[in-house]
Formats: sequence, structure tokens, C-alpha cells
Amino acid sequence: MNAVDWARRNLFSSPTNAALTIAALWVLWVAIPPFVDWALINAHFQGTSRDDCDSGGACWVFIKQRLPQFIYGLYPESERWRPNLAVALLIAAAAPLFVRSMPKKRWLWIFLFTAYPLIALVLLRGGAFGLSSIPTNQWGGLMLTLIVAGIGMAGSLPLGVVLALGRRSDMPAIKAICIAFIELMRGVPLVTVLFMASVMFPLFLPEGMNFDKLLRALIGIMLFSGAYMAEVVRGGLQAIPRGQYEAAAALGLGYWRTMNFVVLPQALRIVIPGIVNSFIALFKDTTLVLIIGLFDFLGMIQAGLTDPAWLGFATEGYVFAAAVYWVFCFSISRYALTLERRT
Amino acid sequence: MSLSDPRLRAILFQALVIVGVVALFAMLFSNTLDNLSRRGIQTGFGFLDHQAGFAILSSLIPYSETSSYGRAFLVGLLNTLLVSGLAIVVSTIVGFIIGIARLAPNWLVARLAGVYIETIRNVPLLLQIFFWYFAVLRSLPLPRQSISFFGVAFLNNRGLYLPSFDSVPHLAGLNFQGGFVLIPEFVALLAALSIYTAAYIAEVVRAGVLSVGRGQTEAAYALGLTRGQTLRLVIVPQAMRVIVPPLTNQYLNLTKNSSLAAAIAFPELVSVFAGSVLNQTGQAVVVIGITMAVYLAISLSISLGMNLYNRTTEPAVRA
Repeated sequence: MNAVDWARRNLFSSPTNAALTIAALWVLWVAIPPFVDWALINAHFQGTSRDDCDSGGACWVFIKQRLPQFIYGLYPESERWRPNLAVALLIAAAAPLFVRSMPKKRWLWIFLFTAYPLIALVLLRGGAFGLSSIPTNQWGGLMLTLIVAGIGMAGSLPLGVVLALGRRSDMPAIKAICIAFIELMRGVPLVTVLFMASVMFPLFLPEGMNFDKLLRALIGIMLFSGAYMAEVVRGGLQAIPRGQYEAAAALGLGYWRTMNFVVLPQALRIVIPGIVNSFIALFKDTTLVLIIGLFDFLGMIQAGLTDPAWLGFATEGYVFAAAVYWVFCFSISRYALTLERRT
Repeated sequence: MSLSDPRLRAILFQALVIVGVVALFAMLFSNTLDNLSRRGIQTGFGFLDHQAGFAILSSLIPYSETSSYGRAFLVGLLNTLLVSGLAIVVSTIVGFIIGIARLAPNWLVARLAGVYIETIRNVPLLLQIFFWYFAVLRSLPLPRQSISFFGVAFLNNRGLYLPSFDSVPHLAGLNFQGGFVLIPEFVALLAALSIYTAAYIAEVVRAGVLSVGRGQTEAAYALGLTRGQTLRLVIVPQAMRVIVPPLTNQYLNLTKNSSLAAAIAFPELVSVFAGSVLNQTGQAVVVIGITMAVYLAISLSISLGMNLYNRTTEPAVRA
């Protein structure tokens, strides 16, 4: 089929269709050339200050100059090798997991969930092994976004599994507590949960005891996304046929063994798409921490835009931020698609 | 009965968990009371009658600085309902159009709809709100150079001026008079919420339409119905059954997402009540509690309403 045939069939098959095609072409014509002109042709990439941007195109100089802050927040410049090292370690440990024929993956998972968080914490926070202490209020930028997202994901999945098992439990008290928690969290916006974490948690503690703002936000996010994760996992649990439970019982397996070896491995595999969707939602929701005064990636961009030396580059800042978030979310969803096809 | 009896163990385990939860709440409660009394904050709902003392940018009911905190709460709640209600209408219309376009036989239109969905869904809503507010609405021209829509509605950096029943907005001095004005915060929030949720609704609509078997379309064509008739009379009524439950979820999400307005200071519930009122009174527990309860109530009533509607779309007889 040549191009003309294809166009006739897919674009001009009827008068309405032809009109739609022309309308769509017009939309593209209105949107794309001015954008390309602004973002690339007329744009400025070289320079160090706003005076280098004079043609009316995009001023990417702003992004270039501010990039270290967007990535590390207010983390001291001389200590930035520490987050770099933490990321390198994470990549080195996690990369083999994506190799399908890799043996002994279990140990890597155990390392990632036990030793790695401790190592990363010591690296980033310092205060031990001769590393200078850097309090969490200096953490920021993309680094903070990834920390919040990573810990949120790692914490919400186990919490979700526990809540889902609790919700499907035969014990009325456990079931009631889990349902109440899940429905409460799902019925309120994340902003209110974060407000609760930032203003109510300090009231809960005895006098003199206080804990970190970042940690409070993390707990809030974990509780919130754990409730959503619970509903996803529950979908998987419900999809496991009764026969599986009965067969496990016939083999003499108790509740935990049945769940651990028979039900959960199958249930979690079924709901991989749902889990990934929750992860993407969580990644986007990390932006909300800026409302309670943490400077994540979007927070740093927002702060950069109010810098008197760089006023008026809001569009550049937001387009850049959108591109970064888009790349992260889109690649997670594409990876999930390949996973889904494989299983 | 011995300890190895599963029923006994279940009872013991539950008793333990209940005791644990009760103890946790008792501890939190007593700590909170201690902390509040040490900070000199009175517990209870009495503060709702005190004078608020702050102004609110946009209100559906009469409100001034001398009004009470309770009144401020009402203003915030009404603004939340207003922006959510309008955004639900707009996003439903846009979402259905994009969802149908995604399935159009026209390759270009389907692709454009796909690009819209993939772009919007993968960018955080808060970023989109910022974009509309700071990058678009704040950089609009001054009132004198307003963008005019047929001479009756005007868009400038002070907001969107629409004609009302008795007057059309007109330039008087430095600003517009007459008609009614939607403040930029409202317009930005409405635009971002509608565009964002529309992308999700489009996917819901697409899944709904695809769930109707191909045979239905073929049968309709065989009866001589046109494409438009097939869509309207055969596919949509059947697709609605699949569409309504996830659509409800999107409406709920939209209402909850309207709380992001706190970041651009549009005076809705969270920004007025959990923001200004909380800061002035320090009533963290009561204020957050009320705010959460309101959202829970809204969530429950929307899902109740949708369940009722769902019952009407279900066919009378099912094979």
C-alpha cells in the first residue's frame, strides 16, 4: 500500500473525515512551528546571565545556570559527591535485577531493602565516619523528589499488602480497622494528609520530642499511598481462585505460608500494572510536599523563578520541569508495558 | 481449648490489636491535650464563632474581615464546591470528545488525542496549575490591552470578566466595571483541573467504548444506521455501564485535587481553613479533622449519587 492509498483510507475516507484531517493539520500548524521557533531556533543556550537572552525566544541559560540547584537543592557544593555516590550504588545494585537470567536476585533485593537505605542515609545525612552532618532542610531538588518517591514506593507496597490481607481477613476486628483506615485515606486529599503530618504529628508526641519534617512528610505519603496500594493488591487477591487456598490447606500450609508461597506471588504478578500506576501517581504526588515547605524538584524550580536576577522565565522553568517529570513517568509506564507482555 | 486452636488464637490476636490501637489513640490523645494546654490553646469548637480578621479574595456569600471563622469555613467550602462542580462539567465534555477522538478512524485525529492523553497524564497536576497560573495568566496583558471575546468578555491579568444578567463589563479607568469577574487563581485552577482530569476521562471513555463488542457495531451497520447513529443509539448506552464507575472515581479525584489550590492561594477549603484559620488559631486537630470530614462527606455523597445513577443505566433484564 503506497502513501496515497494510505492517506485516502485513513485521512480522507469521507467528507467529514477530510474536514477533521484539515482541522487537525491546522491545529498542528498553529501549535508546532511557533513552539519550535521559541524552544529551539530563537532560543539561547550560551551565556551566563539574562542579558544573553535578547531575541524573545526561550532562555535555556536560566536552566543551565540553575541546574545544580534544581538537582541538589541547597546541598553544599563540596559534598555533592555523596548523593552522586548513593545514586551510583543504587544503579549498580539495581541494574542486575533487570537482567532476566541473573541468579540469586533474592540477595540483591534483601540488600536494597535493608543495607542500602542505611548506607544512603549515612552518606546523605552524614554525622558519622568523618562525614560532615547535613540536616534534611538542606536537601532538595530532584534528589529530594527521588528520595521521597523511592521511600514512598518501598514503604507503601508492604503496607498495602498488609492492609489488603487485613481487609480480606476472617477476623472482624482486623477487617474493620483496615477498612476504616483504607477508606479514610482514600476519601481525603493528600494535601490534608500532609498538613496533618506537618502540624498534627508534633502535637501527638510527648513534650520535647520532635522529629524531622521530611520524615513526617514521608510517613504521611506512605500512609496515603499504602491505602491506594491496598486496593490494588486486594484486586489481585480476589482474582486467585478458591482452589488455590484449598490446595494449600490440603497440603497442611498455615495462613502465612499459604499467603507467602501460594497466594501473594500469583496475586502480585496479576496486579503489576496497577502497582506501576500507583507508583506513577505517587511520583507525581511527591510535588505536593512543596505545599508544606519542602523544596523538591518543582519547589526548587519555583524558588528559582522568584530569584530577582531571573524574573520572567516561568515558561522555561515549567516546560523544563514538565519534560523531566514526563520522561520519568513515561519510562516507568513503558517499562511496565514490557513487563506485562512478558508475564 | 488450647493455644494451638486457631479460633482462640484469632480472638487473642484481635484483642491484642484492639488494645494496641486503643492504647495508641489514648496516648496520642493525652499528648495532644498536654501540648495544646501548654501552648494555651483551648480545645473544642468555640473558636468557630470568633472573628476571623482576614479578608478572602473571592466569595460566593457576603463575607468581611469581621465575619467569624465559621463563616470563613463556609466560604472555603462553597469555593471548593464551585470549582469542582464547574471542572467536572468541563472535564466531562472535553474528556468524552478526546476519548471518542482517540478511537476515530481518522489516523491523525486519533494520534493527536493520544499525544494529548500521554502528555497530560505524565505531568504532575501541581506543575500544570503553576503553569496556568504563573506562566499563562500572570503574563496576560493589563486591563487596557485585554484580550476581548466579541466585546462582551475580557481576559487580562486581573482575571476573566464575563457579562452577567444585568451588565456587560466595560473599561472604567484602569480596570473593568460591571459583569462578574473570575479571579486568575480560579481560572488557572479550573483550566488545570479540567484539562488534567479530561485526559483520564478520555481513557475511561475509550475503555468503555472498546468494551462493547465489535458485533454490535457490525449489526448496527447491517441495519443501515450511520456511524453517528450507531455511536449514539447502540454503543454509548452500552458503554455507559462500563464508564460510570471509573468516571465516579475521576470525579472524586478531581474534587480532592481541587485542594491543590492551596499552592496558588485560591481561597478554597484547604487554603482558607487548613491554611489561614489554622495559622491564626493553632487549632490543628479540630481544623484538620473538620477538613478531612468534609472531603470524606463529599466523596461519600458523590459515590452514592453515582451508584444511584448506575442503577438506572443497568438494563432491566440481563441474560
